[in-house]
Amino acid sequence: MSAAIELRGVEKRFGEIAIIRNINLSVAQGERHALIGPNGAGKSTTFNLISGYMAPSSGSVLLRGQPISGLPPYQINRRGLSRSFQVTNVFANMSVWENLRCAVLWSSGQRYAFWKNIDNLPEVRERTAQILADINLTARRDVPAGLLTYAEQRALEIGITVAGGADVILLDEPTAGMSHAETERAVALIRRLTEGRTLLIVEHDMSVVFGLADRISVLVYGQIIASGTPEEIRGNPKVREAYLGEEAA
Amino acid sequence: MSEIASHIAPPLPAAADKLKFYGLWVAAAAALLLLPQIFTSGGSLTTFSLIGISIIFSLSYNILLGQTGMLSFGHAVYYGLGGFLAIHAINIITANKLPIPLPLVPLIGGLTGLLFAALLGWVSTKRSGTAFAMISLGVAELIASSALILRTFFGGEAGISANRTKLLKLFGWSFGPQIQIYYLVAAWTLIAVIAMYALTRTPLGRMCNAVRDNPERVQFVGYNPHTVRYLAFCFSGFFAGIAGALAAINFEIANSAYLGAVQSGTVLFATYIGGVGFFIGPIVGAIFVTFLSLGLSDLTPVWQLYFGLIFIAVVVFAPGGITGLLMMHRPLLKAGTLTQMLPSYLIALVPTLAMIAGLILSIETTVHYTVNPGDDSHIKAFGVSFDAASPYIWAMAAILLIGGFFVARKTWTWVGHAWDGVTSVAREKGIAA
Repeated sequence: MSAAIELRGVEKRFGEIAIIRNINLSVAQGERHALIGPNGAGKSTTFNLISGYMAPSSGSVLLRGQPISGLPPYQINRRGLSRSFQVTNVFANMSVWENLRCAVLWSSGQRYAFWKNIDNLPEVRERTAQILADINLTARRDVPAGLLTYAEQRALEIGITVAGGADVILLDEPTAGMSHAETERAVALIRRLTEGRTLLIVEHDMSVVFGLADRISVLVYGQIIASGTPEEIRGNPKVREAYLGEEAA
Repeated sequence: MSEIASHIAPPLPAAADKLKFYGLWVAAAAALLLLPQIFTSGGSLTTFSLIGISIIFSLSYNILLGQTGMLSFGHAVYYGLGGFLAIHAINIITANKLPIPLPLVPLIGGLTGLLFAALLGWVSTKRSGTAFAMISLGVAELIASSALILRTFFGGEAGISANRTKLLKLFGWSFGPQIQIYYLVAAWTLIAVIAMYALTRTPLGRMCNAVRDNPERVQFVGYNPHTVRYLAFCFSGFFAGIAGALAAINFEIANSAYLGAVQSGTVLFATYIGGVGFFIGPIVGAIFVTFLSLGLSDLTPVWQLYFGLIFIAVVVFAPGGITGLLMMHRPLLKAGTLTQMLPSYLIALVPTLAMIAGLILSIETTVHYTVNPGDDSHIKAFGVSFDAASPYIWAMAAILLIGGFFVARKTWTWVGHAWDGVTSVAREKGIAA
């Protein structure tokens, strides 16, 4: 069985500067995989390369064995890969309901339909309601997304990401800036919503990483220095030196 | 429907709501039918026809600006080309005695707008924002200048004219009298308004809103923002073409002014002044601006200056437009606290009107000395005669303008306090303000 996501010799240069230097990474189907590393290591850039936001300078990205590098983001999304953003990235003037519904439309086959009444699509309605219930924002259904609290916006961000039913989910620091209690709720939400799907997550909170991930990859200066189970990563001296050690100090 | 959707999804409109909704359209149709019975003069029928055309044009513009977040400086291109093709179509139909009645000609205009939007829009809709605005301006200049060069098609300065009465007659209507043109415009206005409203309630319509809010994120829910913008642009061109064709039928002529920057600017004015955030905004704007441009030009020679001042005032003080201002008061109406605002509004109105009067006096006096310095100094503006050379008038203008400004500023602060009070009452009653 081919990996859900595979990066082969991926490089990204901006002019002379290489931000990503030869990444090889494989995320198995159904696995929860965390990508960790110090600030500026290239974690968000890696997400941008996988999701089509940027094209790699060299190397290739494969989704379930199919090459996707160079495809625009919407093509990659239609093939079943969906990502969230580190900085909340929602449709600010539209209600929570409208936000989630927009995220459901393509995958329910509506495409650019201009001959169908949006309120007359039972499947879209059903799936939107399901996601709304899943992210516990039912009470905020009609509030414009821009007026939600920070934690609510983060929940909506995750909701939009999973609403399309993609089976490969990329979450970029979903708990950044959250209180301890909010983080716990967010982790429970992520665990529930990514059940049976492949998850690649960038996260700074080590308790989240070690609690959630089946496998962890460590990115330092644009290179993966280690990949393994949480125990292997915890015991890896290179990782301790480059990353965990710094945290402790 | 499953449990979850029926509990969590927004309630589907009940039978009573649907009845109310359809009742609204029926009422609109009835009002359009009855309007000529109340205002019977030829002048008012022409005004109503122009308003109808302007409503279609402004709503088509708002598909771009309000719904998809694209600021176009060249929307008159599709209006104008629709108008020219309509005139040519009428001439061809008449010459060849084709069995096509006049009421179908606006459709030809619409298809022309659609065709040119489809041809010219693909590149310009790749980007929104500044790039789109600049390309729209460039395309508009290109088409407007070719209108003066390609004389066989556009007729040069004089334009192309046609006789609308020689087509296949429907129910014995020749479409010579203005009342018949009024009904033609009214019918097309109703059809176009319903169609454009329906468009906002489709998957494409909602994705237009999503592209307006956040084109980047749209790509990550499976949609290509370029395609969404392009389709919106095509629809917008289609309805603009219908409006242009109706204008051409109304005047029996199409000339380069149809395509020009003034026409593109006017539709932007009307849409923005009405309010881009609401579907009815452009309708309100079209009515207001048509009346204003017809009325102001009788009252003062520098009516365009006032037009500009009103536009600036709306942009600065009421970015939601007239509709936005009215909608702000809805929560107060629901909470029953609207009447508490009235005293402070009335107090603020007095110095504001004084300031505006002072401004008008200053403008008209300045116009007398700069534009017509040789003329008699006894001038008439807004129906009021005064002596522009009199120092008393100058003093009065200065006192009204400066005094009015300072008092108005004070009173509008009070309005602000009163507003905070009544909105917090509305909020306490659980009505979002």
